[in-house]
Amino acid sequence: MIQVENVSKQFTLHNQGGAALEVMRGAQLSVAPGECVALVGASGAGKSTLMRMIYGNYLAASGAIRVGALDVVTARPREIIALRREVLGYVSQFLRVVPRVPTRDVVAEPLLALGRPAGEARARAEALLARLNIPPALWELSPLTFSGGEQQRVNIARGFAHEYPALLLDEPTASLDAANRGTVLALIEEAKARGAAIVGIFHDEEARARVCDREVDVSGFAPGAS
Amino acid sequence: MTPLLEVRDLTKRYGPRIGCADVTFELWPGEVLGIVGESGSGKSTLLSCLAGHLAPDTGSVVYDTRANGARDTLTMSEPERRMLGRTDWAFVHQNPRDGLRMNVSAGGNVGERLMAVGARHYGNIRATASDWLGRVEIADERIDDRPSAFSGGMQQRLQIARNLVTGPRLVFMDEPTGGLDVSVQARLLDLIRALVRDLGLSAIIVTHDLAVVRLLADRLMVMKSGRVVEEGLTDQVLDDPQHAYTQLLVSSVLHV
Ligand SMILES: Nc1ncnc2c1ncn2[C@@H]1O[C@H](COP(=O)(O)OP(=O)(O)O)[C@@H](O)[C@H]1O
Ligand SMILES: Nc1ncnc2c1ncn2[C@@H]1O[C@H](COP(=O)(O)OP(=O)(O)O)[C@@H](O)[C@H]1O
Ligand SMILES: [Mg+2]
Ligand SMILES: [Mg+2]
Repeated sequence: MIQVENVSKQFTLHNQGGAALEVMRGAQLSVAPGECVALVGASGAGKSTLMRMIYGNYLAASGAIRVGALDVVTARPREIIALRREVLGYVSQFLRVVPRVPTRDVVAEPLLALGRPAGEARARAEALLARLNIPPALWELSPLTFSGGEQQRVNIARGFAHEYPALLLDEPTASLDAANRGTVLALIEEAKARGAAIVGIFHDEEARARVCDREVDVSGFAPGAS
Repeated sequence: MTPLLEVRDLTKRYGPRIGCADVTFELWPGEVLGIVGESGSGKSTLLSCLAGHLAPDTGSVVYDTRANGARDTLTMSEPERRMLGRTDWAFVHQNPRDGLRMNVSAGGNVGERLMAVGARHYGNIRATASDWLGRVEIADERIDDRPSAFSGGMQQRLQIARNLVTGPRLVFMDEPTGGLDVSVQARLLDLIRALVRDLGLSAIIVTHDLAVVRLLADRLMVMKSGRVVEEGLTDQVLDDPQHAYTQLLVSSVLHV
């Protein structure tokens, strides 16, 4: 479902003397439906960078990144927009929302964007928020005023609202207590059971052991590593 | 599917000075395109050329009309173009005074657009106007007041209601949230987003505010000295900018 082939990445910092920062070379990754693969490696090794390239948020310098039938590296913006709407979900580390939009609508948004009926989208949003222990009194409020842990759970609820065939999770359990971490891991297991291909970054080894089928060490893709 | 708008090699000079040069892009149905760049980079010139307010020197602007398919709006007749401006297009000006009739009531400002496309039933027009004032958070009891009695923020919200009431397919916006306080700006961002989604609108939004395009635009074009120097998915351009100028623009703001 997700296939990364020989991908390289560099950042050219034009305003710092044009310094070229080569951060990745020859990256390979393959994730089948129903599988969860963990990206591991020291901080700064390139885990988030690889994930962002799969999402089309960072441009790959070379190589191919196929998600379903689409090569994200050469795809046009509107193809990536459609891919993100229908196929590829992403739970980033930080929540970014339009101010003043109620939490329930933030979570329902991916379903509304797919044209699902508003009632169905809201019901799904509420069910996820309840499971993630966001009290109903908060559903009417913008998540921008919430604590870090609450924002993260809203972010996760939004990421799981639509049953994406492929999912990217950047430290989804980072600031959660044991109970909520358990819920997130259960959501991941359910997504795998329905056939989602998942790439995850988890600092928590226990979480990795429970939901991930394999680990890929991105340090192996450092320029000069091989 | 065909593009709603196909722009080719659009150039507009003011004497020796470049307004915008060699601009080429497509806009697809349902897409929101953001145009960013510092003051004087040609954003307003480009938008005015696209909307037919300004005649470019060269280039073409092909629009997928409801009735006759793809037509170059630069070569169509003036009445035809004016009709497009009244039915299919909306233009939200930076200064609400340019987009409103200041001596006509708030309800009249909204109702006028409806009447221009054929609405005649007074009760329906007033009800629709009232509904739209509510959507932009203008109290119903202000429906008979003139915009000259409104705050700048209210005027801008009224301009948006006036523009969107007829359900256009393409909305041009020049710094729509420019002079507004933060909470009004937030409500407008939310409103614009919901409208785009629910009505399947396409929009071209000019702004210097990167946070606004991050939240509103699917795609982004970055302009410098009249030319497009970088374009792509909005979050990609902001998070992994390739051009020196875009890198400078992004690094000069704290949080986008
Ligand atoms: N937008 C960017 N511009 C410049 N360098 C970046 C950018 N994003 C990441 N990097 C660099 O790429 C390398 C990998 O970072 P990252 O992917 O965040 O690592 P990890 O997620 O494994 O901690 C680091 O050296 C980081 O500084
Ligand atoms: N009516 C005009 N006459 C002469 N020069 C103009 C006129 N309008 C704009 N310009 C010039 O064209 C360039 C682009 O301006 P403009 O489109 O207003 O930029 P922006 O909207 O990005 O601030 C600037 O150099 C500006 O001085
Ligand atoms: Mg990281
Ligand atoms: Mg301007």
